[in-house]
Amino acid sequence: MTPQITAFCHIKKNQVFLNGKRIFSTGPEVDMREFVKAAFRNTGTKYPKFFKMDDYSKLGFLAAEVLMKEVGESTIEAKSTGIVFSNRHSTLTTDQLFQDSIQSDDAFFPSPSVFVYTLPNIMAGEIAIRHHFTGENAFFVSSAFDPDWHTFYINQLFESKKISACLSGWVEMDDQSLEAFVYFVEKRKNQQNESMQHTVEELNNLYKINDK
Amino acid sequence: MEALIEKLKEQIIKQLNLEDITPADINEEDSLFGEGLGLDSIDALELIVLLEKEYGIRIENPKDGQKIFFSIKTMAEFIQEHQKK
Repeated sequence: MTPQITAFCHIKKNQVFLNGKRIFSTGPEVDMREFVKAAFRNTGTKYPKFFKMDDYSKLGFLAAEVLMKEVGESTIEAKSTGIVFSNRHSTLTTDQLFQDSIQSDDAFFPSPSVFVYTLPNIMAGEIAIRHHFTGENAFFVSSAFDPDWHTFYINQLFESKKISACLSGWVEMDDQSLEAFVYFVEKRKNQQNESMQHTVEELNNLYKINDK
Repeated sequence: MEALIEKLKEQIIKQLNLEDITPADINEEDSLFGEGLGLDSIDALELIVLLEKEYGIRIENPKDGQKIFFSIKTMAEFIQEHQKK
């Protein structure tokens, strides 16, 4: 039985899509970082820690929040829910921010709160804390979203019974743009809907569904 | 002292990214950690950096931190006593 994709969220170009349907947007003139904060407020979630995260973690956290509200926390086994993400630039924007704070000998003030976010796994950790996920987790760096790798790796985790569900996807950010394509995949005994199987083809379809 | 307390509130809100909190929301005698503002250990490190960056004060003994960072008021008193800038 192939694991199935329960829901997917795509955030790009100041828009938030859930299962292919746009649920939030701002005008293109809004700074992308302000857009992420506005989109998070729109979820109605009260989580002050969100605003202390670096921009990259905020993006991944927002996508996970939108998605998990749709999936429903009560229906999943958090202990065996894994997290598998990938991106192109790791946490380069945050790394640069930290580098700026230690660049000059005259103004050498390394920020502890910036430093702690100079690893992409931290974003996954913030999500794990929020949703109590304690299954396997991994973060990969690749030049572009790679559905082949995601399906291969995650389906292997299901096969080896390491996970019963997984939050996965592509969360990418640089100075100019951001994109999060995050989906939830599960293996349930009584699966009814066969339309969104965790295959390369389906993942490619879902990733491109809001391109038009 | 009053002006310093107000300035500190604004600096802390900015430095610690306390979104949706205004200076008026912070009572100068409330504890910064635990039930007060709910700051964490990373915030404590940021406060140490803030003291050095904005006021030129370096805390020599980390054990003093608990007393100095108890509240906005204790921070202001410490700054007034040690300020070099």
